[in-house]
Amino acid sequence: MSEAGRVGVFGALFLLGAVLSLLLANGGLVLLWIVLMAVAGWKFVDALAGAFDTTRPARLVAPLALGVVVLVGWEGIVRAFGVPPVILPAPSQITGTFMSNLSLLGADFIQTILKGAMSGFVIGCLLAFGVAILVDRYDFLRRGLLPVGNFMAALPIVGTAPILVMWFGFDWQSKAAVVVVMVFFPMLVNIVAGLSDTTSMQRDLMRTYSASYWQTMRQLRLPAALPFIFNGLKVSATLALIGAIVAEFFGSPTVGLGFRINASLGQLALDMVWSVIVVAALAGSLLYGVLTVLEKVLTFWHPSQR
Amino acid sequence: MSAAGTKGRSFGASFVPILTVVAAILVVWYVAVVPMNIKEVLTQAERAGAEIVPPSAAERRDAGRLGLVLNNLDHLGASWSMDRARLPAPHQVAGELWKSTWVEETTGRRGIVRSGSFSNRSLIYHGGVTLGATVFGFLIGSALGVLLAVGIVYNRAMDMSVMPWAIISQTVPIVALAPMIIVVLYSVGLSGLVAKATISAYLSFFPVVVGMVKGLRSPDAMQMDLLRTYSANSSQSFWKLRLPASVPYLFASLKIAIAASLVGAIVGELPVQRGGLGARMLGGSYYGQTEQIWAALIVAAVMAAGLVWLIGWIERRTLKSMGAEQ
Repeated sequence: MSEAGRVGVFGALFLLGAVLSLLLANGGLVLLWIVLMAVAGWKFVDALAGAFDTTRPARLVAPLALGVVVLVGWEGIVRAFGVPPVILPAPSQITGTFMSNLSLLGADFIQTILKGAMSGFVIGCLLAFGVAILVDRYDFLRRGLLPVGNFMAALPIVGTAPILVMWFGFDWQSKAAVVVVMVFFPMLVNIVAGLSDTTSMQRDLMRTYSASYWQTMRQLRLPAALPFIFNGLKVSATLALIGAIVAEFFGSPTVGLGFRINASLGQLALDMVWSVIVVAALAGSLLYGVLTVLEKVLTFWHPSQR
Repeated sequence: MSAAGTKGRSFGASFVPILTVVAAILVVWYVAVVPMNIKEVLTQAERAGAEIVPPSAAERRDAGRLGLVLNNLDHLGASWSMDRARLPAPHQVAGELWKSTWVEETTGRRGIVRSGSFSNRSLIYHGGVTLGATVFGFLIGSALGVLLAVGIVYNRAMDMSVMPWAIISQTVPIVALAPMIIVVLYSVGLSGLVAKATISAYLSFFPVVVGMVKGLRSPDAMQMDLLRTYSANSSQSFWKLRLPASVPYLFASLKIAIAASLVGAIVGELPVQRGGLGARMLGGSYYGQTEQIWAALIVAAVMAAGLVWLIGWIERRTLKSMGAEQ
C-alpha cells in the first residue's frame, strides 16, 4: 500500500470511529472502543509522518496530526458517553470560553507570565551564573556551597511559597521571589556540572597557549558547558511557570492565571480552568521553543544535535 | 558524571567548608530575624509599656525596618522568641521539629509509645504518607519516561509527534489539575494514594524523557559506525551501546525526577488535606503557624536529600560495576 493510501485508510478509520461513537452513545465496551480509536489514530499519525518522511513539514504535520487525533477522540468520547462538564468539558466548549474571554486571559497572562515568571526567571538564572563562577574560582566555596546547593536543589521549594507571599505581599513581586528560589538551584547545579565537563587534555592545551582564566572560560569551558546550561534552562522554564502559578494559590490580587484557576474551580467552571491551562501551555511552549532554537544555534557541535 | 564522582570522593575532605557555609547561613538567619520581626516585636514591647521611638503605630507601619531596628536597640530581646513570627529563629524551628517528632511520639496520647502506631499529629506519620506517594509515583513516572524515550529514539513518527506534546504537558500547572485528577480517579474507585502518585508520576516522567533521549543519542557517529561494521542489528546496538551510554544521563535525570516527584506528592496533598507534609504546610499557612511550615519544610528537605543520596549511591555502584572511569 502506498504512503498516501495508508494515511487515507487510517484517517478514515479513525474518523469513522469518532462518528460511530456519537451514534453509539451508550456506556458498553467503553475501554475497548477507546483502545481501538487510539490504535487507529496512532496508525494515522504514523502513516502521515512516514508520508512526509524526512522533509521539514513533517516536523510540523506530525505533532499537529497527533493533536487533532487527541482532540477529535476527546470530543467524541465526551459527547458519546455524556461526560458531565464538571468532570471533563469538551474541546469545543473550552475553545468557546477561551475566545470569549480573551481580554481577561490577556491580563492574567501579563500579570503571571510576564511580570511574575519572566522577571524571576531572568533574575534567578543571572544569580545562579554569578554564584557558579564564584564556586568555580574558589575551591573552598565549591566544597562548601555545592553540597548545600545540591541539598537545596532537591528541596520542594513550592513549600516556601506561603512564606514568601507573606514577606513580599500579594502582588507579582512575591511570585517573582518564588520563581527566583525555584530556578536558582537547578541552574547552579547544571552550570557547575557543565563547567567541569572539559577533559584535562583540553585544559592543558589552553594552558600551553598561556590562556588566562577568562580566556579559557570564554573559548573552552563556557561552550563546553552550554548543553548542560540549556538542559537547566529548559527544566527551569517549566519550573518558573509552575512556581508563578502555584504561588498565586497562597494569595494574589484579583488577576493572574493562578487566581483565575482557583476562582473558576470554586464555581466548578472547568471550561475556564482549561482555558487558563491553554494559556499557560502556549506560554510555556513558546518559551521552550525559543530555548530550543537558541540551543540548536549555539550547540550545533554536540552529538545530540546532529 | 565526573561531577557526581568528585562530589562523592570529596565529601569527607569538604566537612569544614560545608560547616562554614551552614554556619554562615545560620548567622545570616539569626540576624535577619531582627528586621523581619521588628514591627511585631515593637508592638509587643509597647503593650508592655516600653518607650518606642516613632510612638504611633501608623508611623511605624510606613517606616523602614532597618531604621526601626537602629532606633530601638534596647527592645530587640523578644525578636528570637516571638510566637507566630514572620521569620522564626532556627532554634524555634528546631524546637517545633523536636516537639512534633520525638516528644509527640513518646509522650503524646496518640504517639507510638502509648497507642502502638505513629501519631497523626507527628511529622513522622505525615512524612511517611508523603514518602509512599513519592516513591510510588516516581517508579511509575520514570518507567514511563524510559519507555517513551526509547520510543522517541527508535520511532521517527513518535519523535516528531510525541516530543512536542510531552514538553507542552509540562507547562500545564499541575495544581490546577490536581483536584480534577482526584475527582475523576475517585469516581472510578481509586484512593488518595493513587491520585497523589499520578501527580508525582506526571511531574517525574518529563526529566527522565529529556535525559534519556539525550543519553540514548549520545553515542557519536564513530561509535555507531563501529557497530555497523560489526553488522550489529538495532537491538544489539541498543543493549550494547545506546543503553550503557545513557546510564550517566539516566541517573542525572533520576535525581531530578525523584525531587520533582516529592514536589508532586506535596502539591497533591494540598487539595486532599488527609495527612502528609503538604497538608501540614497549608495548615500552618492558614493559622499563621510559621514554625509548623518551616518544620514540615525541613522534613521534606531531609527526605529529598536522602532520596537523592540513595540514587547517587546506586549510581556510583552501577557505574563502578560497569567499569566507568571514576
